[in-house]
Amino acid sequence: MSDRSKINNFVVRFANVNGTGSASANLLFAKAIFRMGIFVTPKNIFPSNIQGLPTWYDVRVSEQGYLGRRAGVDLMVCVNPQSMKNDVNSVKPGGYFVYDCTKGINPEFIRDDINYIGVPLMEMCIREYQDPRQRQLFKNIIYVGALSALLNIEMEVLADLLAEQFQGKEKLIAPNIKAIEMGRQYIFDHYEYPLEISLERRDLVGDSIMMDGNSACGLGAIYAGATVASWYPITPSTSVVEAFTDYAKKYRVDPVTGKNLFAIVQAEDELSAIGMAIGANWNGSRAFTATSGPGVSLMSEFLGLAYFAEIPLVLIDVQRSGPSTGMPTRTQQSDIIASAYASHGDTKHALVFPSTPTECFEMTAEAFELAEFFQTPIIMLTDLDLGMNDHVCAPLKWDDSKPMNRGKVLNAEELDKVEKWGRYLDVDGDGVPYRTYPGTHPTKGSYFTRGTSRDEFATYTEDSDAYVRNMKRLELKWETMKSRVPAPEFLQDKNENDYGIIYFGTSIYAAKEAIDILADDDLHFDAMRIRSFPFNQDVDDFINAHKKVFLIEQNRDAQMKSILVNELQINPKDIISVLNYDGMPITADHIVETIKSKINNEVKLVS
Amino acid sequence: MTYIRPKFRHPDLKTNDLGYTKTVYEGSLSTLCAGCGHDSISAAIVQSCFELAIQPHRLAKLSGIGCSSKTPAYFLSQSHGFNSVHGRMPSVATGSNLANKELIYFGVSGDGDTASIGMGQFVHVIRRNLNMVYIVMNNGCYGLTKGQDSATADEGSKSKSGSVNMFNAIDLPSLALELGAGFVAQSFSGDKAQLIPLIKAAIKHPGFAIINVISPCVTFNNNPGSTKSYDYVREHIELTSTVDFVPFQEEITTSYEAGAEQDITLHDGSHLQLHKLESEWNPEDRMSAITALQKTKINGEILTGLIFIEPESKDLHHVLNTVDIPLNQLTAKELCPGSVALEELNAELR
Repeated sequence: MSDRSKINNFVVRFANVNGTGSASANLLFAKAIFRMGIFVTPKNIFPSNIQGLPTWYDVRVSEQGYLGRRAGVDLMVCVNPQSMKNDVNSVKPGGYFVYDCTKGINPEFIRDDINYIGVPLMEMCIREYQDPRQRQLFKNIIYVGALSALLNIEMEVLADLLAEQFQGKEKLIAPNIKAIEMGRQYIFDHYEYPLEISLERRDLVGDSIMMDGNSACGLGAIYAGATVASWYPITPSTSVVEAFTDYAKKYRVDPVTGKNLFAIVQAEDELSAIGMAIGANWNGSRAFTATSGPGVSLMSEFLGLAYFAEIPLVLIDVQRSGPSTGMPTRTQQSDIIASAYASHGDTKHALVFPSTPTECFEMTAEAFELAEFFQTPIIMLTDLDLGMNDHVCAPLKWDDSKPMNRGKVLNAEELDKVEKWGRYLDVDGDGVPYRTYPGTHPTKGSYFTRGTSRDEFATYTEDSDAYVRNMKRLELKWETMKSRVPAPEFLQDKNENDYGIIYFGTSIYAAKEAIDILADDDLHFDAMRIRSFPFNQDVDDFINAHKKVFLIEQNRDAQMKSILVNELQINPKDIISVLNYDGMPITADHIVETIKSKINNEVKLVS
Repeated sequence: MTYIRPKFRHPDLKTNDLGYTKTVYEGSLSTLCAGCGHDSISAAIVQSCFELAIQPHRLAKLSGIGCSSKTPAYFLSQSHGFNSVHGRMPSVATGSNLANKELIYFGVSGDGDTASIGMGQFVHVIRRNLNMVYIVMNNGCYGLTKGQDSATADEGSKSKSGSVNMFNAIDLPSLALELGAGFVAQSFSGDKAQLIPLIKAAIKHPGFAIINVISPCVTFNNNPGSTKSYDYVREHIELTSTVDFVPFQEEITTSYEAGAEQDITLHDGSHLQLHKLESEWNPEDRMSAITALQKTKINGEILTGLIFIEPESKDLHHVLNTVDIPLNQLTAKELCPGSVALEELNAELR
């Protein structure tokens, strides 16, 4: 009890079997800690499998609000005999191993430097429940009960959560509470409690919410006014459109007629999914699709068409570990180059990089505005860690007074006023022409959309000058975009150090923690979070203002570095990569170790 | 090279119900080979839209890539057009249609664009019963790349270079029937009298309507030994029927001898009058349509005319239960739940 650093500061790992209903019990555990006002980060580490393989659920508790993954397990809850050997070994010395002791434990799994807490989960279930499925499900709830005693989770909080979870199915509340209490009672009767690592109620999380990024993307699309979603299921993006579907059913059904103010189509493949989204956008609906790396490859041809034919499109890429099928259920930031330059010919696409579910919501909505204003695809690069895990994040906000900006679209009256309209004519000098929706005007504004070269009036041409003029205008549009895409975020008001740290996406959590740890060692850095591509001037300035920058990326090939070097003419030696690509979310410890070793080696040598 | 279409028009040109002459429905001058079957089909499309008095801006024409897919530039210049990606027109048409259910969607594709690279999208757009016209300008070869066999080339058919196709042909009408298409027709580019009523009926059909039009390639597939040459097709046509399209406001005037006539009322009240030439075939019976197609195929004949129709077709919007107003006309007021709802949601997530 004496070591304060162990209060609200530990990692619990659940070792479960996939498909046994453990997910909701584990979320109950994490959510209860959040409700006690303490920062918590759950991470689902799951196999590409529906039933039977080992799956883990890490819950990091942090008094300081560090929401990145942390390696090392302080308490393991092992309910999977398959993985028990490895699970025992992954507990930190001095840590705890909670297991089902119904059948005892293999002596080989006994370490003398960790504490064993046996709870006869199976025996308790067999005694209490008749139905095999119930025995399975309540086993999960019993261990949550046991943990609540060991770690000091408030019973009232669990009771409230269960009541909310089973709203409308109230008769399930009592048996769940009973299972919790069985677990608690067993600990009360057999062990000292709470443990040295435990929880104390705080008021740290304020008005934060707990949400996964994919749901936030789906909701962002609803708020942006997207009416068409076309998609092909692929992990880890599937729940984006599933969330969009759920929210659409909640918010977008006409109460009088019962008809839908949306159309969602599960396409036959990714090619069709993006084709439908392009068709709908062309015809004046906000439409989007969501996919992952393999889908981006398949969509590349269409991305080139949308770029060249200048059709708005929002594509949400929830990145996973590649290449090829890679590790489909593990995270990575490895689609940057594939997305930035997707398709043949001279193509490039705007990218946005959200870091939190709050940003997933805001940036999805913003992506529709950008896509329509610039009449081009906007690709949102999120990842499995952000998309499929719950994150404590700022509440979602919406400004009702901000109108939806559909971009430069001419209606019938406007067409009547224009002397000679050209679909690809740059009237405003920003490279962005005016477009029309089909069906607008009986005699004006029709044009032919194609991926082939055309002049300013959309007339097919193979004239070199006309082609070059068009390509240059597209380049001008790209330049215009630089000041309109989300600006980078800086940790400091003004630069104070020789070295900088750059990160983006979900590396935010580990990066911020690493910066604190490094500061404790008197190593100080300025820091910038990139939020979009094309890079705006601030990104260039930050890099140029520092002797060297460390760039944190979750891929092998330093893809963000490649496009920074390529687009900003940065000397590659001025960017030192900090890479993590093992499929697990990056940790602060990994960043600290890498930066320290590079400082000791590379950096000193050159400075 | 510049193509200039003569601007002279006869002052007494006929006008339709909108007061438009046929020229309103024309497009830019074709750049296809002289004598290409596709140009005849384009002309039939122009004629059909003129006769139906379609408002050109209320029709969207879509295509993929290939000779056939160039044709939307050659008709209806007052309509929005979309020349998309090879084999992917159906998906673009699907998205477009979802955005605005009120327009007519007119898709043009070819045999390569449909039966090879686009097969996946073709079968799925049928499955979804998208309300569109899908015309295949089918010449059995790849014209733009100089005459390679396509997947609809008949086994044993000889190309201009003398090579004989060794593979089975994909029969698009049979496939469409199998997949549940509600309107299946087949025609020949050289038979405008048949093609025009079919196109009109296809436009009026409230679901997916396919017309597979055999359209000889004069440059690469019009040689002796080809089964898609003008001569071969003319000699091997087997008619299901002759077809008259009668708009709903007009009186039926044609008459046939009893027993051979079938009158089909379309969704909007117009009629298709069929003079049946094949006694065992019933255009409202999918089984007999499949049988009729297979029979002619075995005999080396090409069955043309209306092959199958299901007048009451439920399209994709019906299945998705979308609102009556086109989705692209909804505003933030209807679409965005607003900040109050978001506050409630935040509370649920705490």
